[in-house]
Amino acid sequence: MTVPSHTTRLSISGMTCAGCVSRVETALKNVPGVDEALVNLVERTAQVRGSVSTTALIAAAKGAGYDAAELVGAEAEQDKEAAEAAHYRALLRQSAVAALVGFPLMFMDWFGVMPHVHGGGQIFWIAVAVVTLGVMVYSGARFYTGMWKSFKVHNANMDTLIGLGTGAAWVYSTLITFVPEVVPEAARHVYFEAAAIIIALINLGSALETRARGKTSQAIKRLIGLQPKTARVIRDGQELDIDIAQVGLDDTVRVRPGEKIPVDGVVIDGHSSVDEAMLTGEPIPVEKKVGDHVTGGTLNKTGGFLFQAKRIGKDTALARIVELVRQAQNSKPAIGRLADKISAVFVPAVLIIAVLTFLVWFNVGPEPRASFTLVATMTVLIIACPCALGLATPISIMVGVGKAAEYGVLIRNGEALQQAGKLTTVVLDKTGTVTLGRPAVTALLPMPDWNESDLLQIAASVEAASEHPLAQAMLDAAKSRGLELLRTENFAAVAGHGISAHVIRSASEKASMLFGNQKLMDQHKVDINALAPRVAELAAQAQTAMYLAVDGKLAGVVAVADPVKDDSRAAIARLHAIGLKVVMLTGDQLATARAVAQQVGVDEVIADVLPQDKAAKVVALQQRGEIVGMVGDGINDAPALAQADVGFAIGTGTDVAMESADVTLMRGSLHGVADAIAVSRATVRNIKQNLFGAFIYNLLGIPVAAGILYPMFGVLLNPMIAGAAMAMSSVTVVTNANRLRTFRAQRTEVSS
Amino acid sequence: MSMLLVNVLGVGLIIFIVWWFWLSTPKAQRALASGVIDVRVEGGVYTPARIEVTAGQSVTLRFLRKDPSPCAEQVVFADLGISHELALNTPQDITLTPPVGEHPFTCQMAMYRGTLIAR
Repeated sequence: MTVPSHTTRLSISGMTCAGCVSRVETALKNVPGVDEALVNLVERTAQVRGSVSTTALIAAAKGAGYDAAELVGAEAEQDKEAAEAAHYRALLRQSAVAALVGFPLMFMDWFGVMPHVHGGGQIFWIAVAVVTLGVMVYSGARFYTGMWKSFKVHNANMDTLIGLGTGAAWVYSTLITFVPEVVPEAARHVYFEAAAIIIALINLGSALETRARGKTSQAIKRLIGLQPKTARVIRDGQELDIDIAQVGLDDTVRVRPGEKIPVDGVVIDGHSSVDEAMLTGEPIPVEKKVGDHVTGGTLNKTGGFLFQAKRIGKDTALARIVELVRQAQNSKPAIGRLADKISAVFVPAVLIIAVLTFLVWFNVGPEPRASFTLVATMTVLIIACPCALGLATPISIMVGVGKAAEYGVLIRNGEALQQAGKLTTVVLDKTGTVTLGRPAVTALLPMPDWNESDLLQIAASVEAASEHPLAQAMLDAAKSRGLELLRTENFAAVAGHGISAHVIRSASEKASMLFGNQKLMDQHKVDINALAPRVAELAAQAQTAMYLAVDGKLAGVVAVADPVKDDSRAAIARLHAIGLKVVMLTGDQLATARAVAQQVGVDEVIADVLPQDKAAKVVALQQRGEIVGMVGDGINDAPALAQADVGFAIGTGTDVAMESADVTLMRGSLHGVADAIAVSRATVRNIKQNLFGAFIYNLLGIPVAAGILYPMFGVLLNPMIAGAAMAMSSVTVVTNANRLRTFRAQRTEVSS
Repeated sequence: MSMLLVNVLGVGLIIFIVWWFWLSTPKAQRALASGVIDVRVEGGVYTPARIEVTAGQSVTLRFLRKDPSPCAEQVVFADLGISHELALNTPQDITLTPPVGEHPFTCQMAMYRGTLIAR
């Protein structure tokens, strides 16, 4: 078997001279399957032809000491749209041609102006048979080739049903035309118009479906559309406007005010504020200065800056989001599996029903029996719609996942989406989830013979050596007051208590120092009564207060707090409103945790939990019968996120570890959890509507088509009506899924 | 007489449908040493529709979609959790290492059907 070769374009960074070019070329050419490798030093790109994977090429370049990444453009999506538009037009054209033949025949039949098949009318009908055959070939060839091809591989699909239904109509009618004697005179009716009209309607239905389906992928198109087409890079001191696909790693890129950032990178000069709402849903622009990361596709607002490209092509955050959304859109939740199982056996089952229908009408049907037998069999084949059944789930998932992405919520797969709708309890990690995760010094309470600055200076100096999460808060506070840090020695951290150390205040003055909680003070018999009531008050306000004792005497108290996010309270209220229980899980002491809990209104607090025990707490909730969603930062809380029925990784900006959780919230707000659950519920409801509709349609349609109503009411469905119903059934499913696009999350923002 | 004949034919046809679509399976195409298998997506079927590979070994399926209908635009390996969009007339490689067993792959609506058999 020959493997078609293709061309891959790579950006190579780190090349400086012609020697590099040959090294990279040799490395690439040595990869098995490569026919040709051309390296361009000016563009810093490589063009490789051969049957070889991109990963192998990148590995080879890296092996030679150069970083590489694949270059891709937006052409693929444009090609796709063009192909879809062409397909849509072709279907409409085919539909029109079939309709132009079918409808006049139908009207002529209605008005009784048609000649009879025997006698003088035969020539006319032979002509009609030939024209109809032409229509079937031009407008419906794919049904017949598809029918044959799938038959050969023991498969049957929609083509089989349409092909057999219309084929039977034409063969029967042609037979009547040539040898009318085979059936009694009353049964000598021909169905050429039915064959043509059914093909016209099915093609029209497919065209409408193609159009409606295009809309379902609008979220992806919007995301892809975020990437600008060109970038302004500085190479060898010259500014060049180049195609986005030509931007290489480490290229210096200039972004002016009001422009979109082309790829991911790090700011190396200038500063600005950047609107990242399109990716994260975060409405407030983010300040960017030298050293900060910028993300491709986001919008630069006020200032101009230069940045160095760090991730290009498929590696950018935007490309990864697009890929993640695409993958999720194509995955199926459990709810869709039943439909899949049914559609796997659906068409052969319909074929069997059609044969049975044929036999029943043939054996016990009224006269003209041949006509009735044909019409009922044909109608069964035409009305059955495996597409509506097969489409019901994936099309809603497609729209639902896309809708979530608009809210900055990335849902990993259909299963997570279905589960998110079923949650009964949401567990929130405190730090960084409910709170900002950036503790700050909130109060300094010096004893009478101390002042705030001295207190802070010593506290910060001691904390500088520790790795305590609150240390940064003290250091920041000291820095903002312009305080110098003092030297410390004999530093000792007492787990769960605090720190002891010696502080060198001057060459002659060395003080022994204790900094920590009440337990530490009690242990060293330091009298804290003077400040104990204030400390209790602070704890009640969710502030963590620490005592500082110098030479065995209390010097003061430093309080640190991690402020609650502005919208945590409103978001938690939303979770309550949709019937969820909200639990907060934290390693903090109970008093502080309770105070935060009270501020934001959670139902239950689980405090003093060591990081490694968080997953066990989730298990405990699950054992109580709760379906648990866990919200955390995705790195420290990874085991708990994995244990939960749905893990939500909450991030700030686009740096979230997207691949790690079931649901990734691109912005730090807890509203994302409520949004995700609301979208999930709406999507699952939509899927249920679709499945119900598709099941009921087939369950009612097929027996009616078979003529079950005939004995009682004398009703037999017209095969052309069946064609219209079948065409509309899948359009209806797609249209219903598209309703999800109008979904709006109920959000009431509160300002702090 | 003709009544009987038609009925016998009808019952025979039902038996044939059951046997052909549900009980018998077409021959599978065995993967070559190169580990790349071309799969055409056209006319409602994957060709080949049954592919046999060695379990636990990496294999690349190179899908080439010729059918412009949106039905064909995705291929989903549901039990392996893999799905890919197929651009029209552009080969799309899907490299996977299947565990032992039969892994069906389908379009989104499960009308295009194929099976990857890993032994």
